[in-house]
Amino acid sequence: MDYKRLGLVAGIEIHQQLNTREKLFCRCPTHLRPFEEHNGEFFRYLRATESELGEIDRAAREEMKNLRKFLYYTYDSTCLVENDEEPPAPLNPEALTVCLQIAKMCGMTPIPQVHTMRKLVIDGSNTSGFQRTALVAVNGTLPNGGAIETICLEEEAAQRVKGDVFSLDRLGIPLVEITTSPCMHSPEEVQEIAEYLGMVLRSTGKVKRGLGTIRQDVNISIREGARVEIKGVQDLDLIAEVVRREVQRQERLLSIRQRLTERGASVSRTPHDVTALFSHSGSKILKKAPRVMAVTLAGFAGLVGEEIQNGRRLGSELSDYAKKCGVGGIFHTDELPAYGMTEDEVSALRAEVGAGEADCIVLVAGDMHQAECACQQVILRAELALKGVPEETRKMLEGGSTSYMRPLPGAARMYPETDVFPVTVTSECWEAIPRVELLNAKAERFSREHGLDTAVARQMAYSEHVLLFERAVDLGIAPTLAARTLIATLKEISREGLDINPLVADHDHCGNPIIPEVLQVLLGVKKARVGKEAIPDVLRRIIRGESSESAMQSVESTAEGADLEALAKRIVRERMSFVKEKGMGALGPLMGVMMKEVRGAVDGRKVSQVLKAALSDALGEK
Amino acid sequence: MSEFLSGDLVRCVVGGSELKGTYITSRDGMAVLKVDSGYNIGVFPGDCTLIERPAPMKPAREEVIQDPSLPVLSIVSTGGTIASRIDYRTGAVTSQFDASDILRAIPGMSAIARYRTRKLYTILSENMTPSIWQELARAVYEEIQGGARGVIVTHGTDTMAYSAAALSFMLETPVPVVFVGSQRSADRPSSDNVMNALCSASVAVGDLGEVAVVMHGTTSDDRCAIHRGTRVRKMHTSRRDAFQSIGIPPLGYVDYPSLKVTLSPGTAVRGACEPALHDRLEPACGLLYFSPGMSPDILNAYAGFKGVVIAGSGLGHVSTSLIPAIRELIDQGTLVVMTSQCLNGRVCDRVYDTGRDLIRAGVVEGEDMLPETALVKLMWVLGNEPDSEKARRMMHENLKGEYTRRSLHGL
Repeated sequence: MDYKRLGLVAGIEIHQQLNTREKLFCRCPTHLRPFEEHNGEFFRYLRATESELGEIDRAAREEMKNLRKFLYYTYDSTCLVENDEEPPAPLNPEALTVCLQIAKMCGMTPIPQVHTMRKLVIDGSNTSGFQRTALVAVNGTLPNGGAIETICLEEEAAQRVKGDVFSLDRLGIPLVEITTSPCMHSPEEVQEIAEYLGMVLRSTGKVKRGLGTIRQDVNISIREGARVEIKGVQDLDLIAEVVRREVQRQERLLSIRQRLTERGASVSRTPHDVTALFSHSGSKILKKAPRVMAVTLAGFAGLVGEEIQNGRRLGSELSDYAKKCGVGGIFHTDELPAYGMTEDEVSALRAEVGAGEADCIVLVAGDMHQAECACQQVILRAELALKGVPEETRKMLEGGSTSYMRPLPGAARMYPETDVFPVTVTSECWEAIPRVELLNAKAERFSREHGLDTAVARQMAYSEHVLLFERAVDLGIAPTLAARTLIATLKEISREGLDINPLVADHDHCGNPIIPEVLQVLLGVKKARVGKEAIPDVLRRIIRGESSESAMQSVESTAEGADLEALAKRIVRERMSFVKEKGMGALGPLMGVMMKEVRGAVDGRKVSQVLKAALSDALGEK
Repeated sequence: MSEFLSGDLVRCVVGGSELKGTYITSRDGMAVLKVDSGYNIGVFPGDCTLIERPAPMKPAREEVIQDPSLPVLSIVSTGGTIASRIDYRTGAVTSQFDASDILRAIPGMSAIARYRTRKLYTILSENMTPSIWQELARAVYEEIQGGARGVIVTHGTDTMAYSAAALSFMLETPVPVVFVGSQRSADRPSSDNVMNALCSASVAVGDLGEVAVVMHGTTSDDRCAIHRGTRVRKMHTSRRDAFQSIGIPPLGYVDYPSLKVTLSPGTAVRGACEPALHDRLEPACGLLYFSPGMSPDILNAYAGFKGVVIAGSGLGHVSTSLIPAIRELIDQGTLVVMTSQCLNGRVCDRVYDTGRDLIRAGVVEGEDMLPETALVKLMWVLGNEPDSEKARRMMHENLKGEYTRRSLHGL
């Protein structure tokens, strides 16, 4: 596809959770909990508040079409601040420092005095009905020559458990939001910039990792299209696909607009009550509904059912709008008869509302309020189809298609968080923030200075254990051994379902700095106390509760003295034909078997000595 | 910096970047601007230049038409925020008091009643005084006389319980007088103001016939509790359900969102008395919180006061070393009433020696009265009863449900 010709313009917003000790506005820890560990529940209704101009923000108004009840899960790791039952604590200085560090790495200018704002969000994901957010720095640069407009420090929203149930463990985790200018012109470029910014963020060593800890929102428009914001792209690999599909959607909506114009299509603003027509319908939904209403879209026939994106039709868009009123969806004549409805019913419907074959009729079913509300929403969206692409906030569906969430929010939804004092960023404070080496530079350096293979160097630099690696090298541990242990061995052990945290913790229970156990073990290898083959076993023992000291000792004592001789004899005996064939040349291969059996607990020289003795015995006997 | 006015469009240089924004205010020597994205930032005022001064925007206000078939409620405001409006241009949050504003902010209110509003004060409740309680009592009395089906008093929550107790003593009311406020600011979509306001209006048109506080019953938006004005206390600094009835169950509940009101037996009902106002108070009264090792000088400072309530320890004690000073106060004509810091339970100064000494010194046992209620009652009794012996006896009588003769199990 020729994106340049289509006039694709895209920008991204990256939201990244920070791995601080405490949340942004309270002293709760920042780790997530399994839902089943929640220790309490409460519920609230949220309501849009009126602005000075007597207006309610359009995005907020949309959410308000139904009075929705939101249920929240509390934990022993959440507090009254998350419950919106206590004023916020001061802005977490640790989080601000990380945010400033990222700003500095992006060549940005800090705001002299940072003010926390309340941004209205009434989808239930914030107990207060607003998200606290602060603009921290402006004007950074990107490798493609584009600009980073702003970096903001925000509180993370609560996690949706299901429907209108939210979990408060995530609410309040510090989040940085990086917003680029609309400076990207192809799907691949969007992906590259997103990857670059992800790398910058991880370079701080202070961001959370794993699925859900980073989310991209993408702003996309094409010529004659409209700005559409797609929220919550979690998988970086999908970001280019999301852009491709959105371009396709906008293009097809423009094509539908053209055909509608050519046909002289129009939308009837007067819905018909057709409840009676379906009182004996084969469609259970229509038969049971207290009210069924129809909207006639003149000249729309065939276009409502037309695919505009994988698995999405114009009808899906109408349906998304209608669902805001609490109905389950819509029926439209492009896909009827179906769902238990007969040809006769469809004909009767056309006759009742006076629609012809060129027209499409949309049906909605629900209680009186829902049905009327849904009709208005269908009319609204259908009229927008006559104009082209509506400005919207959309959410990503599996695979990269999107569905409608709400209109784009206006700027008119922010006001000051008066309970949080502004924070002054002095020039001394800004100067004192150290520049951090970017991970790509670090990978290059690992390869250059420590002789790591390029791929391993990159893997090590991007690993969450990169700081452990650097410390290991400082302690004089062989870089290749350190890298192999920290990348491969730890992964292998955690795949067994074991918790590797005790191995990598760099603080004891009282918060005093310690040498992490995994490094203690690597030091043991360096001093030849244990062989490197024993590393996994020693690490498993530590996870089971042994100290590194005692774990190394246990491994040492499992194979000593006479045992070793017996073992060598057994190994030789079991492989007698091989030994006969190779003679003393069997020593090398059998060493490998021996070392595996003793799990590296005995020094190689000693093993070799004993094995050699056993071999010559066996060969002599022959 | 004073060269800028709120609402001015200004240009500002931050580092090497130029930003445009609306000037909001100055704070800690910094100019606060609202930039296009809606964020406020603090910048050095010297870095800003004026672009233009737009004409002030007039808020679009439509009058709300009230349903003439509904009963009339009066809303008397003292400063508690029942409704507020946000100016997104400047970020300012302003409290709203007139009926149209309230109805626009809380649409459900218009289905319950018609409203007339009376703005008495706009103060934080910690700045309340006994003379404002008196003014409030007179205003509410006038509203009752003026035919209001019920009166809603919006009030800051800090000292709401004092004011509710004060009106309980000063007013005989045949209609509900309902105090309401909010613990979480009215600008937030999660504010308790909406539910509290709707519930208080539902109580105000209902069958109650006394002074009450209506606030959230739990942390959820499930129901409001109706508390007797003389038995209610703010028991949490910030939670929605901060208000609790102490020593008695609540007078009832209002379910939400159904707004169904359920009153407990024993509640004073509508029309049970004629309206009357007894608005005299003796302001020279104090409330003293005892602590171990407290100096008698503190008690001596109350010399000349007409009444003192002591919040004593446990069953109603102070240290032996304070007893001579208390005896001195009483001998000089001060009425001294003992209550307990425990809040729950009854004072009994007949169990331990210090208690018996306090009784011998002439201290009145405050039974199970809340210390704050006892103070307000003492002001009212001393304001209305010149005979000190009768006043003493009145402190022992249950006038407005402020004390119970029996301490019930489970409360």
